[in-house]
Amino acid sequence: MLSIQTAVSAAYVVAALLFILALAGLSRHDTAKAGNTFGILGMGVALAATIAVVVDDGAQASGLVLLAAAIAVGAAIGLWRARVVEMTGMPELIALLHSFIGAAAVMVGWNRYLHVEAHPDGPAARALDAIGLLGIHAAEVSISVFIGAVTLSGSIVAFLKLSARIKPSPMMLPGKNVLNIGALLTFAALTAWFVLAPSLWMLIIITALALVLGWHLVASIGGGDMPVVVSMLNSYSGWAAAALGFLLRNDLLIIVGALVGSSGAFLSYIMCKGMNRSFISVIAGGFGMEAPTTTSGGQDEGEHRQIQAEEAARILAGASTVIITPGYGMAVAQAQYPVAELTARLRAKGINVRFGIHPVAGRLPGHMNVLLAEAKVPYDIVLEMDEINHDFPTTDVVLVIGANDTVNPAAAEDPTSPIAGMPVLEVWNARDVIVFKRSMATGYAGVQNPLFYRDNTHMLFGDAKNMVEEIAQALEPVRS
Amino acid sequence: MDEGIVWLTIFVLSVFVGIEVISKVSSTLHTPLMSGANAIHGVILLGAVLVTGTTDSTLALVVGLVAIVLATVNMVGGFVVTDRMLQMFTRKKPAPRKGADV
Repeated sequence: MLSIQTAVSAAYVVAALLFILALAGLSRHDTAKAGNTFGILGMGVALAATIAVVVDDGAQASGLVLLAAAIAVGAAIGLWRARVVEMTGMPELIALLHSFIGAAAVMVGWNRYLHVEAHPDGPAARALDAIGLLGIHAAEVSISVFIGAVTLSGSIVAFLKLSARIKPSPMMLPGKNVLNIGALLTFAALTAWFVLAPSLWMLIIITALALVLGWHLVASIGGGDMPVVVSMLNSYSGWAAAALGFLLRNDLLIIVGALVGSSGAFLSYIMCKGMNRSFISVIAGGFGMEAPTTTSGGQDEGEHRQIQAEEAARILAGASTVIITPGYGMAVAQAQYPVAELTARLRAKGINVRFGIHPVAGRLPGHMNVLLAEAKVPYDIVLEMDEINHDFPTTDVVLVIGANDTVNPAAAEDPTSPIAGMPVLEVWNARDVIVFKRSMATGYAGVQNPLFYRDNTHMLFGDAKNMVEEIAQALEPVRS
Repeated sequence: MDEGIVWLTIFVLSVFVGIEVISKVSSTLHTPLMSGANAIHGVILLGAVLVTGTTDSTLALVVGLVAIVLATVNMVGGFVVTDRMLQMFTRKKPAPRKGADV
């Protein structure tokens, strides 16, 4: 008995260390793959130890078969989804996976209720009562279920927004901050009640309340802030795991949950800093809240100048320095391969091509880097905003491919703009700017972009992928 | 509650470790890091396995099994996706210079 427990504790320590190494490894290029391997190893050790505990607790053979079957089914689904997902669909997949964590946390919480509080005279409840922990257990059930349910519904809304199944614009209920805080207070009161008199319908109400809160929380955040939201949900699911750790008296869950929860929160903080926004203001509501289609009419919008692919190719051929600033549009159009091809051709002509990546370009931090890496663009020419922003004035041509809000001069120049103060790529300082766009519509944040009306801006309308391909083709003859 | 204090201590220390280990992350790696972290929350699977293994009511068993399936999808999916992404980053390493061995 004791030896099994000791062995399991030792295994958990090893697993916890492996997870720390995994996170540390994943945050650096040369160790990233090793980091992922550490994570898998850690999970293997932890799972083996946990199954040993279950066997030791006298689980039935039939129960073990069920466990194994459930794990096999989950692994098969996970493997299949992960294999087929397009890199462009990564944000949606991650959001969806977060919702699974939330759901699992809710279910484990429910399971514990059904196991303990539902049978006040059962052995489990008696054992806890004897050491005076029954009330704490009930509170932990409530908290786990709550965090899990917020993560669940919040992630589902994020998933729907990211996959454009619902509109990305923020939902604006009157007094939404009051609603959120009210929901939290109600939750606290319900938890107190649940501790005093646990009942199933009470748990159902807590779950429902949390689901509504999570849904409202994310629904009222604008599309422009989605990268932060995904990272925030990542953090929430970590806290959900930690709450379960307390509930199940499992130190590994506490450690790993806290680890992932805090690193996710820190990542969100880094991103908020990249957007010059406070974490609170992101939670409290998104971009574009005061900027639907009606505003910004007073600007000197004027005419935009439209060009065709051949013209764009001609401009590019005459350049010596080019910077490409991709955005989510590149992902949607699956244009990363043509962009890589175009880059290769330009570089073959001796043109200095670099990429400027805004910290929140795309719908997930680092999303553009992944896409460009997929298309085999060497990553030493893929630079971050801070590294490249001062180079725009000396750049001949900037290609803006599917980006909008992240290159909006209004952020820097118009203090009344909803995105005022957000650091942006200062593409307008270049000699020529070519903007690839489907139409003159506003960006994800719903803000007008004066860049399109600048004298040095050329609009190239159409599908980004086709346009880039056409330019690449038009370039070829020039080289020979 | 002695044990509770110990857990709380572990929790707080882990919070700081979590911040510390990723504080230097390059923004190129945000997405793989996030999906890696996502896979790691798969440890919730342990919780699901523990409770399901020791449960006796049918409803609790079903709920636990569903939790196991969801947690495993997340864990396996997260690791595989992270691996796919990192594959892309490393495959390119030969391009700038010599053959990488990662």
